[in-house]
This record gives sequence, structure tokens and C-alpha cells, in this order.
Amino acid sequence: MVSNQSWDWDIGHKEIDISDWSQRFEWVEELYASPDGESVAAIVHVDEAFNVCINGTLWSEAPADKIWHLRFTPDNRPYALISDGGQWTVAISGETWSEGYDYAWNPMASADGTHLAVAVQQAGRYAMAVDGKAWESDFSDIGYFALSPSGRSTAAAVQVRSVDSGQVHAFQEGTFSVAVDGKSWDPMFVNVWHVAFSPDERHVAAEVRLNLYDYTIAVDGQLWPQVYSTVWAPCFHPTSGAVVAPVRNKGEWVMAQDGRTIWPQPFVQLWRQQFNADGSRLAAIVAPKYGRWTVAVDGAPWPLTFGTMVTDLTFSPDGQRVAALAKEGAKWHVVVDGRAWQHAFEMAWRPVFSPDGNAVAAKVEIDGRYTVAVNDRLWSTACDMVWEPCFSSDDTRLLIRSLDKGIYRRSVISVNKIAE
Amino acid sequence: MAETDKDSTKSEELDEGIEVGVRRLTPERIQTVINSVLGAETGARFKAYIQTCIHCGLCSDACHFYLSNDKDPRFSPVGKVKQTIWPMIQAKGRVDAAFIRRAAQIAHTECNLCKRCVQYCPFGIDIAYMMSMVRRIIHKLGVTPLYLQDTAHSHAATMNQMWVKGDEWIDTLQWQEDEAREEIPELRIPLEKEGADIMYSVIAPEPKFQAQLIYQAAVIMHTAGVNWTMPASMGWDNSDMAMFSGDNEIMGRVKRAHFETAARLKVKKIVMGECGHAFRSVYDMGNRWLGWAMPPIPIVHAIEFYHDLLKSGRIRIARKYDKPVTLHDPCNVVRGGGLHEMARYVVSQICEQLVEMHPNREHNYCCAAGGGVINCGPPYKNKRMAGNRVKAEQLFDAKSRGAETLIAPCHNCHSGLHDIVHHYEIGLDIKFFGDIIYECMEKPENP
Repeated sequence: MVSNQSWDWDIGHKEIDISDWSQRFEWVEELYASPDGESVAAIVHVDEAFNVCINGTLWSEAPADKIWHLRFTPDNRPYALISDGGQWTVAISGETWSEGYDYAWNPMASADGTHLAVAVQQAGRYAMAVDGKAWESDFSDIGYFALSPSGRSTAAAVQVRSVDSGQVHAFQEGTFSVAVDGKSWDPMFVNVWHVAFSPDERHVAAEVRLNLYDYTIAVDGQLWPQVYSTVWAPCFHPTSGAVVAPVRNKGEWVMAQDGRTIWPQPFVQLWRQQFNADGSRLAAIVAPKYGRWTVAVDGAPWPLTFGTMVTDLTFSPDGQRVAALAKEGAKWHVVVDGRAWQHAFEMAWRPVFSPDGNAVAAKVEIDGRYTVAVNDRLWSTACDMVWEPCFSSDDTRLLIRSLDKGIYRRSVISVNKIAE
Repeated sequence: MAETDKDSTKSEELDEGIEVGVRRLTPERIQTVINSVLGAETGARFKAYIQTCIHCGLCSDACHFYLSNDKDPRFSPVGKVKQTIWPMIQAKGRVDAAFIRRAAQIAHTECNLCKRCVQYCPFGIDIAYMMSMVRRIIHKLGVTPLYLQDTAHSHAATMNQMWVKGDEWIDTLQWQEDEAREEIPELRIPLEKEGADIMYSVIAPEPKFQAQLIYQAAVIMHTAGVNWTMPASMGWDNSDMAMFSGDNEIMGRVKRAHFETAARLKVKKIVMGECGHAFRSVYDMGNRWLGWAMPPIPIVHAIEFYHDLLKSGRIRIARKYDKPVTLHDPCNVVRGGGLHEMARYVVSQICEQLVEMHPNREHNYCCAAGGGVINCGPPYKNKRMAGNRVKAEQLFDAKSRGAETLIAPCHNCHSGLHDIVHHYEIGLDIKFFGDIIYECMEKPENP
């Protein structure tokens, strides 16, 4: 995680006029703001080539044939996928990796922003590359990419043994495995999905399908002793090394840990489980009955349920509170500890807790305009665009990045200005 | 119109998927699987159907296979039930491998799950559901036809039905964007645009060998000023042949990827291309298996999307398509989605003349390709052709009344009707709505 203490938290605004970008360039793609709010950038098309404009300055004097997937790392460096002369690579802050590939996609930045990984294809073979260095092994296919918390390791589901289309029985013998830093597990499976690193980066878990009917969880290539009619993505306990995953048998979902049921109450659906920071609590999105959705914490569902969907489950940093987004009909709600805000939105983004957990903020859309809500109270300003808000480390201030009428604005306001 | 082989079952080639599966069966496994599926995966609905059916046979005249095979009762809907699920129940699962082979052929290649027969049953019994349960048993026994099983494997491995790899998908979109910029220089296919109004999703044959459909959709989106995006991750394919292979677990997995991709992109709607079975999978089957009573992100089929764009004036037609057209009503979006009048509105706005085929709307004959039947591949093409002579006659009648172009707003229908048109030498040009809209719409001037 990147500390935001060094950011400018003085109350006030900084503005960048981007209103002339549309005249300067043939077209301007989506705008992205850096996490600290100091930079706003977009892929632009100029003189029949692509470039990136950051705070009004072009990224490179040498434009590219194609640029896409512009984003910022958590430590505020812009990066994008870039192609020139038929080769793809990654550019960070305008500097491209020296390595190029026939294709590169799915970039992932480490939590501290110091490492960047991508999936790469070279001569029809697949691997991952970290900071430009590709795995020494390559594979027939690749998917379900994972980057370790530090960004030093990568893993993915890989097809180790290629089979031609139509060789269904050869396929059913198992062609997929998990590769960690390019080295694949020995056992092969019919399918592998959703690869996850342990917090200490020493272990990797994944969903595996043993044949057409039996699914389980594999950890470092070792299978849980039980099989299930299907499973969903596993995750690691933050300290113990235990692995938990939703598993399905006889039409019902329960939560299992290392192959043992830990939530005895079955659900119609159960997924997206996550531990709080110290691992003392486990929450998940559940359907306690058909067509009704909510959050369960330690196996107990909130009484309040929603008919359409629940997403974006989030623990507070202290692990005591839980928030999520819930949809009823066409409206989105922010729900905190089982209670829905009174405001409903056309769209809402993942809730953000203050460090002490007392405040919850979210980017929301109302009447086609964007704003920020804190503890069910709306910021007085609606904009053409806002980005997701961020709390200062002392909980008192909120960084809001917004765009309105061609002006990008970095605002630091008192949390109380909205919340009270 | 050309004649065809009368006995459609004689020309079948051996299907490795079925034959290898049958060789591995044991009586114990057959019995266990049948009783397990019927006992644990069916309920009041299934029981009501079984106990209510009085074997009247009124469903027979609804079925294109029955009508096209000279009213051979083996092809009647109730006849298919009588050859599959009833004996399984009556024998308490004690049926032999030869029975299972035949059940696999009937459920997978002699029924399109088109649900026309539901409308003819005095009790509303859904025989397509009964055939789906047979397919579930066939899947559990490992006897699914080869081509369909391969497609289900593709879904499981790649979340799309044609083994399209992660880079190939994005590269194809970028290629189509480049191509379209030759026509409209500032056109974009926006990838991963979070907060767009619409996620546009397609089925894998489009990037695999019909990339011009993506091009056309991009031109329509651009011209209409739609705030749209396409995902650069798995979850872009809305199709689901696992739904038809009886692999419900993979069906649910594929549908979850689709809806969660839309939720991740924070879009308000998913607009899907002209595909019928995919609509069924996102609007009815897959979402409900996952516990969503309705799609969590609203699904808008291309027919409804084009209807809305034309009605609101967001796209305008420069000149109407001047050849007389006839319109095929796809089962899944008409009987399953009620889009038939919207489709006719679209035709009225983009074409000079519609020659209705009869019967039409919710009573239209199936294309004989849907329900995963065409996905069972070449071994069954002759059976599929012989089994839809009635459709050929329907098309020929429309042609005899002036139709020159057949609009089929569904991928499976499109492919199946293409086969029928060529097999019976009917001589109709087949198009999607998107083909005609792209051809006839007003487009931005190229400076």
C-alpha cells in the first residue's frame, strides 16, 4: 500500500484547464486522474498517431501506432500499453520497456506501484512479464492472472499440454495447470480458474476441475480432500495460511476452509468472500434465498436483502465494519453494516472507508451527473466526472478529483463539510 | 425447391463423443446418474409435467422435425419424451447403453428446445425442459455429442465458445477499429471504459470469423452517439453452449463472468448482438441458475436496441433497403422474449417491403439449428436438413411471393437457415439487421 501522508492535504483547490485539448488533438480518449490528484491524463490522437497528454504536456516526442489502457500506478506514475512497428510493450511515465512482444495485455500494478506485470504473447506462446522480464517458460494459453502483493511474483492458469479443437477426451485428461513465475505445477487439470497468492507470497491457490463433474481447490498443486459439484474462487487467511472458498453440493453453497465446512448455513449463492485485515472476520456476498441478495459476515446474513444484485464488498481498515453496494431495480444503494443509505443512485462505486472506519464515502451518479457521498450525505457539487474519493490518514479530509466544464479540479475538503 | 433424403437418421456418421461415452457406461452408472438427476435436480415442475401429460399428441403438429419427417411419430415432441425420459422413470434408471445412445441423439439432434410445442399443449407442458433434463443426464453420463462437448470445453477454458484467446479478442477489436477508421476517422471501439452507459457483448463467432459484424456495430454505435464500451477481459462472450450440453455448472460460470464484467465496468445496460440462444442464457437460464431472478444488469437484445435507436431518431436511414425481405422470428427472442413487433418496426424503418412468412411471430417454425443442434456438427447436418423441410417450404413460399432477402436476427438461425437455403436451393440472400442498417443508414461524412 502506498501511504498518502506525503500528498498535499491543505484545504483548497488546484485546477488544470483541459478545455483546449479537444482543439489541440484529433480526439481525446477517457481521462484518468492520478491517485494523488496532481495529474490528469488521456490518450490523444494527433497527426495520425497516438500519444498521451498529461496536464497538457505530451508524454513523448515519438508518438506510437497505438496506445491503450492508460492508467496510473498507486504511486502516481502513468502507464499504458503501447505498440510501434507491430511490437507491443509497456510505457511508464513515457519510458517504454526495452522488451517487446507480439502482444501484451492485462497490466497489473503492485500495491505499492513499484512493479508492473502483463500477459504476453510471443510467436503464439503465452507467458507473463514483470517489469519487462518474461517468464522463461511459455504455454499454449494463459488466463486468470495474479500478481503477488509485493509485485515480485506472478501466477496464472496455463495450458501446459496443447490439444487440438475436437480432442475432447484428451482435453478431459487434463491440460491446464498453474504456473508461478513460469514454473507450472506437476498435476494437470481439466480446468483452472482464479489463481490467488497468499499474503506472504509463498503459496498459491486456485479453483480446479478434476473431470467434467468434480471440482475442488488446489493449493501449491495439492488438492483438498473433498470434491464438490463446483467451487468459486479461493482466498487466503491473512495470517494463518488457511484457504477458504465457497463450495457447492446438492444445489447449495457453503463456505469451506481447507476442505471443511465453516459456515454451516447453506446459501442459494455465495461468493466474493474476504477476510478483514487481521483475519478475525470473514464476509461474503450471499443469496440467502432465491432472488434475494445481501452480505453475510461470519456466516450470518444481514436481514436486509436486495432483489437485483450486491457487489463491491469492503471491510473497513480496522476490520470492524463492512460496506457493499446493493441494487434494487435500477437503483444502487450503499449499505453499511446491514443498513442502506437513504439516497439511491443511478450508479455507485466501491465504498471507501476512512482509516478509523467512522466515515464511508463513495463516488455516485445522480441525474447523469457525478458527485461524492459521505455517510449518506451528498457533496454540494455535481460534476461531469468525479473519481473515487480518498481520505487523509488522519480521517479529517477528503481528496476529491473532479472534472466540470473543461476544468479538472483537485479539491481537498474537510470531511465534515459533507458528512455533517 | 430441391428434394432431400427422406430418412434423416440413416445418413448419420458416428459421433465420437457419443460412442466413446457409451463404451464407458455401466448399468450401475446409468442407473445412479439417472436417479440422481431425477431425484436431486427435478421438483414439482417436472413431476407436474410427468403426471399431467395425457399423451394426446397435440404437440406433434408444432414440431418441425415431426412435420418434416412425414409425421413420423418418433419425431413428435411427446414421442421424444416417450423414447427418453419416461422409460428412464418407469425403469427406475435401469436402461441400457443403447438406450442412452439413442436418448443422446434424440435430445441433442432431434429437438431444438424451441418451445413451439409448449403453445400447442393443452396443459402448457414444456417439453423443451424435459429434453433439457435428458441432456443433463447425458452430460452426467459423458455421452454428449463431440462438437457440442468441445464447445462446452471452450466455454470452460476461455469463457467463450470458440477458443478465442485473450490477446486475439482484443487484437480483433483493435483491428476492426482500425478498419472502421478508414471509413470514419475518429471512430473508436472503447475498451474498458468504466462508467459507459452500455457494454456491448457478442458471441465468439464474431471475432473468430465474422469480425465485420463488430465493425458494423461500431459504426452504428458511433453514428448514434452511444456511450459504450467493450471489455478487454473474459466475460465478453454472451453465448453459452454449456446451457445446451447440460453442463449447468459451466453455464453458470460463464454467465457469472458476463454479468460481473458488466458490473465491473459500471455500465447500466448490456446490449447484445443478434443472437438468440445467448439471450436465453442471460435472460432466463444462466442468471437463474446463479440465483438472479432477472438479469442483474438489464439485457437489451439488438432487435430492441435497433428499435430504440430508430424510434428515437438516433440513427436515420438514408435510403431503405429496396429488395423485398422476409423475416425469421428466432425462438429465443420471440417466443422467449416477445420482440416480434419490435422486429417488424425495425423492418418497416429500414426496408421497403416485408413479405411475411407463415406462420410467423411466436408461431414461427424454428430454424432447426438452435438449441445446440447445429453445434453438434457435421454428423447431423443431413438430419437437420431433412428435419426442417417445413421451414424450407415456408421460405420458398415467401420467396414465391417476392421475398429476395431473408432477415435472421440470430446467429444460430442465420447459420441454420443458410444451410437450408443452400440445401433446398431456395435462393434467398440472408442478412442480419445490422447488415442492412449499416448499409442503409446515414453515416458521418468522411472529411
